[in-house]
Amino acid sequence: MTELRSNRRISVSEASKPILPRHARLKFDETRQRWVILAPERVLAPDDIAVEILQLCDGARSVADIIDLLVAKYAAPRDDIGTDVLAMLQDLADKGFLTQAREKTA
Amino acid sequence: MSPTLTDASPVFTDPADSLAIMERTRSTAETFGIPLAVLAELTHRCPLQCPYCSNPVELDRGSTELTTDEWKKVLSELAEIGVLQIHFSGGEPTARKDIVELVQHATDVGLYSNLITSAVLLTRDKLAALADAGLCHVQISFQGNEPVVADRVGGYRNGHAKKLEVARWTRELDLPLTVNAVMHRQNLHQLADIIQMAVDLDADRLEVANVQYYGWALKNRAALMPTIDQIDETSRIVEDAQLRLKGILDIDYVVPDYYALRPKKCMGGWGRQFFNISPSGKILPCHAAETITGMEFESVRSNHSIAWIWQNSEAFNRYRGTGWMPEPCQSCAFKEIDFGGCRCQAFALTGDAGNTDPACTLSPVHAEIFKLAATESTEGRDRFIYRNFKGGTLEPDADHVHGR
Repeated sequence: MTELRSNRRISVSEASKPILPRHARLKFDETRQRWVILAPERVLAPDDIAVEILQLCDGARSVADIIDLLVAKYAAPRDDIGTDVLAMLQDLADKGFLTQAREKTA
Repeated sequence: MSPTLTDASPVFTDPADSLAIMERTRSTAETFGIPLAVLAELTHRCPLQCPYCSNPVELDRGSTELTTDEWKKVLSELAEIGVLQIHFSGGEPTARKDIVELVQHATDVGLYSNLITSAVLLTRDKLAALADAGLCHVQISFQGNEPVVADRVGGYRNGHAKKLEVARWTRELDLPLTVNAVMHRQNLHQLADIIQMAVDLDADRLEVANVQYYGWALKNRAALMPTIDQIDETSRIVEDAQLRLKGILDIDYVVPDYYALRPKKCMGGWGRQFFNISPSGKILPCHAAETITGMEFESVRSNHSIAWIWQNSEAFNRYRGTGWMPEPCQSCAFKEIDFGGCRCQAFALTGDAGNTDPACTLSPVHAEIFKLAATESTEGRDRFIYRNFKGGTLEPDADHVHGR
């Protein structure tokens, strides 16, 4: 099914299914040996944890799923991880580097 | 990685830290790693004739342009040495018949591609072909928010309507859109409407760029220079919109440096983090660098690699870092913040690219130039000299009167 991407003023919740918008590309930079997000006029340098979260943002997984995966992997309290993941994703969304997949209505 | 997320990084106490912008995290000592982004000026040909065009007054003729194969080789080499983004610009990049092929090649070698266009030559099919070729982003220039002012500034009939149409196609094709608006005395009154236009077009970003005065724009300074009152109003409008449209429209604002106290950190410093390639293949520290006469810029057609030219050529090293600086720059606390401002502007206004940029209040000629510009802005000399291959054409007086 085709999905419509919209990146206007997203409020990230556990039900969101986030994905990078088309203009933001997560890529491994071979020359500098680090992950980067490529966007118009900008290259962002996400740290390892941001990269790990972003790699899980495929437009199909919900934020709740992503938190569960990280809780299982790091055996950390869900509240802590949940708060942190939501904060990071909301920050990305506010900067225009995160969108969410939703079913096409038109 | 540490066992818990919270311990692993300060990122989760301050989310912004995880998104450091690489350009801004470089130390000044780390002066010239390969740039992350490169501007490819595919051609100087353009159907528009904007009087502030950033191309040099001496334009490269079509016959001197790099061929398709030469550009492809350049793109491959750029990706190989670590460039991540390519901005296809001009002139008008879609005036090249091979634009789709070049975008496809950029995609094939892993470059993030951006099309910086006037849009007037695009058809929907061409834009769709560019999207299919992997184009990542489209930036469309606007000269105003309605045809009377916009078409007069661009010197191109029905250009504004065409731009609106292409902007809509861009979003229909799910391509991200930046609206670029170059502002000056004769369109600043439309700024609030231009911001609304960008929102209505569903643009992701808006660049509000005040004209920079060298080359064509310097020829047209008396017709373009904003008044001080306009600049105050502009800053207020932009700041208000940035707040109001957070999460809806990202607004980048380039302040006019004539009215600033400190010069701009032009190009992030000469030869520090940016180069562009001219239509004929010259590798330049800035798109206006050819306005500095007497400098030799090496070409991709030479037997040197692009990386070699970037690191070793005389032109790149002449104003790199801080060692070349005269006073008042040399002993200035800001020398690693603004790198002495803009070399092209220093050349244009003082005749020596090695002088302090007169935009800086510490420049001995700042007061004189600022006063001249401020006076020019109030004299009502509104006729443009249009940019073209003939060295410019003065706007007919009648057109100007009807265009108001």
